[in-house]
Amino acid sequence: MLQKGDQAPDFTLAASPDKMVTLSDLRGKNVILAFYPADWSPVCTDQMGLYNEMLRFFERHNAVLLGISVDGKWCHQAFAKDRNLHFDLLADFEPKGAVSRQYGVYKNGESLRALFVIDDQGVIQWSYLSPIGENPGADGILQALETMNATA
Amino acid sequence: MLTPPITSRDHVTGNQQGSTEIVEYGDFQCPYCGEAFGIVRDLLQALGNVKFVFRHFPLAESHEYAMDAAIATEAAARQQQFWPMHDALYQHQQELSDELFTELAQQLQLNLDQFREDMQDNILVSKVEADFESGIRSGVNGTPTFFINGKRFNGDYRNLLAVVRH
Repeated sequence: MLQKGDQAPDFTLAASPDKMVTLSDLRGKNVILAFYPADWSPVCTDQMGLYNEMLRFFERHNAVLLGISVDGKWCHQAFAKDRNLHFDLLADFEPKGAVSRQYGVYKNGESLRALFVIDDQGVIQWSYLSPIGENPGADGILQALETMNATA
Repeated sequence: MLTPPITSRDHVTGNQQGSTEIVEYGDFQCPYCGEAFGIVRDLLQALGNVKFVFRHFPLAESHEYAMDAAIATEAAARQQQFWPMHDALYQHQQELSDELFTELAQQLQLNLDQFREDMQDNILVSKVEADFESGIRSGVNGTPTFFINGKRFNGDYRNLLAVVRH
């Protein structure tokens, strides 16, 4: 799993049937990557639902949140609509798990439950691997963003 | 850890001097919080040494009335009726609607003009949001989440009474 100080590998993934997202296009902003095993599973829903409530806190830190799983773009679209999510879910679908592998968070056909906070230059400043069944919450993300802003 | 610890801004019930401090982060539209409400009520009746605090953690994107319900309790608090409104909302959780807040305010004999005005007050929105943010910092990741003497309780809230009794 990539760690603090590593350059975040660039990627382009589908966020919806008609939208692609490229990490390097987000230079100038902090980026939170939330890898998770699957749409619809109960714990994920709690975690993504929580982050959905927190977008304005992330914005205060000039940060964009991206969810990533191996689910396809149509699945993401249905899930996001059902849960009223206001951030992009990226499909690490083809080749399956390629981006998750690059970040070292792919196992048994799914992304692990892992968080990365990447600074505005594309360097990883914080990463965390959560037990698969546990919602990691957002306190670690906020602390990481605050530490970055304090030293920037 | 609970961040910040209990302050004078918090709503406290039970024994104000109680040696065991329980803080709940809750959402008035969350069914599990509705269940926990009964458990907490029984706990406070059974134990005399518990100081109980409620902080807001409305999941407003999932629960249409969660934010307004939280504000309704804060508006009631301006007329010293936070806990009666808190209890009434959980007792009427199945009937949450825009009209319910005023109906309950009427039942609690609040000054309705004042209550309606306070429901629109952004200061109360900020207070609810400050609770939410403190929850995030404290490691709340869903509702209800309880803290016992400042430490997050990770077990099943249905066992809260048994855990606190020991």
